[in-house]
Amino acid sequence: MTSKISMTVNGRQVEGSVEGRTLLVEFLREHLGLTGTHVGCDTSQCGACVVHVDGKAVKSCTLLAAAADGGDVVTIEGLADGTRLHPMQTAFKENHGLQCGFCTPGMIMSAVDLVNRHKSNGGGKLTEEKIRAELEGNICRCTGYHNIVKAIEAGAKAM
Amino acid sequence: MGMEGIGARVLRKEDQRFITGKGHYTDDFKMAGMHYAAFVRSPHAHAKIGKINKSAAEKMPGVVAVLDGKQLTGDGIGNLICGWMIHSKDGSPMNMGAWSALATEFVRYVGDGVAVVIADSPDNARTGAEAVEVDYKVLPHVTEAVVAMGSGAPQLHPEAKNNIIYDWEIGDKEAAEKAIAGSAHVTEMEIINNRLVPNPMEPRAALASYDSAQDHFTLYTTSQNPHVARLVLSAFYQVAPEHKLRVIAPDVGGGFGSKIYIYPEEIVCLWASKKTGVPVKWTSDRTEAFLADAHGRDHVTKARMGFDKDGRITGFSVDTVANLGAYMSLFSSSVPTYLYATLLSGQYNITNIHCNVRTVYTNTAPVDAYRGAGRPEATYLVERMMETAAREMGMDRAELRRKNFVTEFPHQTPVIMCYDAGDYGATLDAALKASDWAGFEKRKAAAARKGKLRGIGLSCYIEACGIAPSAAVGSLGAGVGLWESAEVRVNPVGTIEILTGSHSHGQGHETTFAQLVSERFGLPTDNVQIVHGDTDKVQFGMGTYGSRSGAVGMSAITKALDKVEAKAKKIAAHLLEADAGDIVIENGEVKVAGTDKKLGWHEVCLAAYTGHNLPAGMEPGLKEGAFYDPTNFTFPAGAYVCEVEVDPDTGKTEVVQFVAADDFGTIINPMIVEGQVHGGITQGIGQAMLEGAIYDGNGQLVTASYMDYCMPRADDVPSYQVSHHVTECPGNPLGMKGCGEAGAIGSPPALINAITDAIGNNNLTMPATPARVWAALNGK
Repeated sequence: MTSKISMTVNGRQVEGSVEGRTLLVEFLREHLGLTGTHVGCDTSQCGACVVHVDGKAVKSCTLLAAAADGGDVVTIEGLADGTRLHPMQTAFKENHGLQCGFCTPGMIMSAVDLVNRHKSNGGGKLTEEKIRAELEGNICRCTGYHNIVKAIEAGAKAM
Repeated sequence: MGMEGIGARVLRKEDQRFITGKGHYTDDFKMAGMHYAAFVRSPHAHAKIGKINKSAAEKMPGVVAVLDGKQLTGDGIGNLICGWMIHSKDGSPMNMGAWSALATEFVRYVGDGVAVVIADSPDNARTGAEAVEVDYKVLPHVTEAVVAMGSGAPQLHPEAKNNIIYDWEIGDKEAAEKAIAGSAHVTEMEIINNRLVPNPMEPRAALASYDSAQDHFTLYTTSQNPHVARLVLSAFYQVAPEHKLRVIAPDVGGGFGSKIYIYPEEIVCLWASKKTGVPVKWTSDRTEAFLADAHGRDHVTKARMGFDKDGRITGFSVDTVANLGAYMSLFSSSVPTYLYATLLSGQYNITNIHCNVRTVYTNTAPVDAYRGAGRPEATYLVERMMETAAREMGMDRAELRRKNFVTEFPHQTPVIMCYDAGDYGATLDAALKASDWAGFEKRKAAAARKGKLRGIGLSCYIEACGIAPSAAVGSLGAGVGLWESAEVRVNPVGTIEILTGSHSHGQGHETTFAQLVSERFGLPTDNVQIVHGDTDKVQFGMGTYGSRSGAVGMSAITKALDKVEAKAKKIAAHLLEADAGDIVIENGEVKVAGTDKKLGWHEVCLAAYTGHNLPAGMEPGLKEGAFYDPTNFTFPAGAYVCEVEVDPDTGKTEVVQFVAADDFGTIINPMIVEGQVHGGITQGIGQAMLEGAIYDGNGQLVTASYMDYCMPRADDVPSYQVSHHVTECPGNPLGMKGCGEAGAIGSPPALINAITDAIGNNNLTMPATPARVWAALNGK
C-alpha cells in the first residue's frame, strides 16, 4: 500500500508516493536524494537523523514519512542561506566541532533547535552544563564533545 | 613557513561538505538497477546448520536471490584469513579455524551469517531474510575465554584443541621470577580489560557492482584501507584479481580500527553482484554492527610486579588470556602479542619482564584492533600496578613513577621495543602542574563537606605507533609490509594534487597533508587537493590505523616533495641561469638566493610541462612518487591526571577534571591534534566507566543497541585540559610520533586510579558503573 504525500522540504514543495512503513529519513534520503541526513542507529538514540519539522527538532528515523505529510521540513542541506552558512555551521567549522562528519548534520540541527528554544525561553547565558544536558540525544564518537560544546556556545552568540 | 605551514591551526578544508550535508558516504551512493542485501544471521551462539529452506523467501515481493554458504564456497570464494602468523612457545604455528564468509556447517556466534537475500528494496530484502527457514541443531556454547580453555568446554574449531589458538611468550621467565622472588615488595593483581564495541557513527556498508562486459568489479566500502581490502579480496578470497577490482572508500564516518578488516559482508556483496547481475548494496543497521563488527579488548590478566626497598621495579610477570571470539579476524593475532606485551615496560626501566599470552576461541563476535589495540591493555595493566604498588608501599604515586622513568635514549626494553626519544619527567610535571595536584587535599576536603568522595588518579602511558620497519614486522609474522606510498602531482598551473595511500575518516588529512605543501613551497592550502581512498587513483597504500598516517604517510609525502623540489630547482636554475644549489622556493616564488632573479612557482611548473626549455636530457613534467618504510616504531608518551567525585550513596562517579600532557613529537596542526586527544580520552572514559559488551548465559549479546550499550554522551564527560611537550622523533623526516590513539590508551587507568583513590579500595573492574563503585566502596 502506498499513499501520496506532500510537504515542504527546504522551502521547496515536494510530493512522493510512499509505503505506510516508509520513515521520514528514508523519504528524504532515498526519494529526494537528500543524503545529508544520516542513520546512525535504529533506536532514536544517536541523533544523526535530526531534521526540523514545523520548526522543531525531530529524529527523522522515528517519524513516518506519512506523518510529516503537509509539514515544513528543513534538513542540513536547507540550513544555509544560499552560499551564506548558518552561524551554527560556521561555528562548527571554526571550533573544529566535527571530525568524521557523520553525526554533524544531526548535531548542527539539534544545536540550532537547542539555541532557538533557549532564546524563546528568555535566553540568558547558555551554560556548558545546559548544552551538555541538551545534547543527550546526539552521540558523537570522534570529538569527545569538547569542541562541539565550544561550537554551540559560539554559534549561540552568533545566532 | 607561511600562515598555513607546519604548526598552524588551519581550519579544515573538508568541513565545508560535512557541515552542509554534502559528504559522500558509502550508503549515499546509488547505481542503476541497484538491489539490496539483507543477511540471515544465526540466533544461536553455537549450532550445526541443517536444512536451509529458501522457498518461502524466494517468493517474497522483490526478492531476486537467496544465497547460502555452500553456494559461496562452491563458487570458489576463499575463507577469511588472519594476516599475522604467531607461533606458540613450543614453535607450533597458531591454530586457525576455517571462516567462510557465509557459514556452511556450523554457526559459532550470534550474528554469524548463514545466507543472504537480495531484493529490490532494503525493506523487501529484510522481509525476505526473515522468511528464510534454517534448521539449527543447537550445540553447547562458551563465551568466556578462561572457561573456554577449561576441560569439558565446548570445542569451536577442530584445529584448536581446548580452543587455544596459541600459547605465546615474550621475555625471560626465569629471570623475571627470580627478580620478583628477591623483591622487597610484590604487588599482585588480577585485571580484566573489558570487551568493547568500537561504534563509529557510520555503520559499515558496501556497494558492489560487476561489469560483465569488462569482467570488472567496483566496490564502494567503509574501509580505512581500500588497497589492503583489494589485496586481500584478490589474493585470498579469490573474488577477482587486483586489476579487475576497484575499491573505493569515500567519506568514511569514523573507524577506530573496526573498518580495517575485510568482513564477510563485502565479500558476499561482490560475489552476489556477479551472481545476480545487479549492483548490490548492504548497509548495516546498528544492532548488526554490534553483533558483527569486530569487538575490542577482552583480556583477563594475572600480574606480579616486584620492587626493591627503594621502590625500583625489579621484575614484572604477566599472564594474559585474550578472547579472540569465534574466528580470527584479519590482525587479531597481533593485538594481544606484539601490540600488547611489547609495551609492558611502560615508561619505566625494567630489566626483567616476562609475559605469557594464550588466545582463545569463544562463541562471541571476532575481536581485533580497536583504538589503541593492545597498548590500552598494556597501559591499563602497568598503570594500575604502579598506582596500587605506590599505595601499598606508602610511597608518593608520582615519585614512584619518576624514580623508575627511562631517562636515557635510545632505551632497549627486554620486550623488543627500543624507545628512541622522550621526556617522561616533562609530561609528568606538566600534568601535575596543570591539574594542581598539590592542591588536591583542599578540594577533597571541600568535596567531603558536601558529602562527596573526591579522588585523583595518574597514568603515565607510552605507546607505539607508525608500525614499523617492514622487514622487522615480517620477521614477527606480519603478512604485509607496513610502508606508505605517496605521489605528488604538480599541475602546469602550479596547483598540486597529493595522492596518498593513507585514508582519512575523521583525521583531517585533507588539511594537514596540504599544510606540508604550504610549508614547503609557501602555497596556500587551497591550491592543494588530497586524493585518497580509491585504488584506481592512488597506486598503492597501506591505509590508516595505528596512528600511522603522520609518521609513515606524511613521511612518504615528504619524500615525494623532496623529489619535486629538487626537479623544480633544476628547472628554475636552468631558466634563471643559476646553480640549482642557489635556488630557494618560498612564498610561492622560486628565487636565486641573494639576487633579485626569480620566477613564480607557476612559471616553473608551466615550463616543466611545455618542455620548451628544460635542462638537457630532463624528462618533461613535474610528478614524483615515493614509498616510505619506517626505521622504527614511534613512541608517543604522556601523563594524564583525572579527578573524580563519587556519590557514596549511589556510587555515581562524576569526572570533574581531566588533564592530558602529551608528547607526540612534531605537530602539524594543533587544533586537529587536540581534537584527536579529546575524542580518545572520551572513548577511554567510556571504557572505564560506561561501556562493556555483555553476552548472557545463552550467548546472546544483550548490549546490542544504544539503549543497552552505554556510549559516552556529552553530559558524561567534562571539557579537557590538553597540552603538548615535544621531543622530536628521530626516526622520520618530520619528527612525528602519532596522536590518534593516545587519549584512549592513557585515560582508563587515570580514571580508575582516581575512583579507587576516592573510595579507598583498589579492587574495581571496568566499566566502573555506579553499582560496581558502590559495591567496592561498601566492601561487597
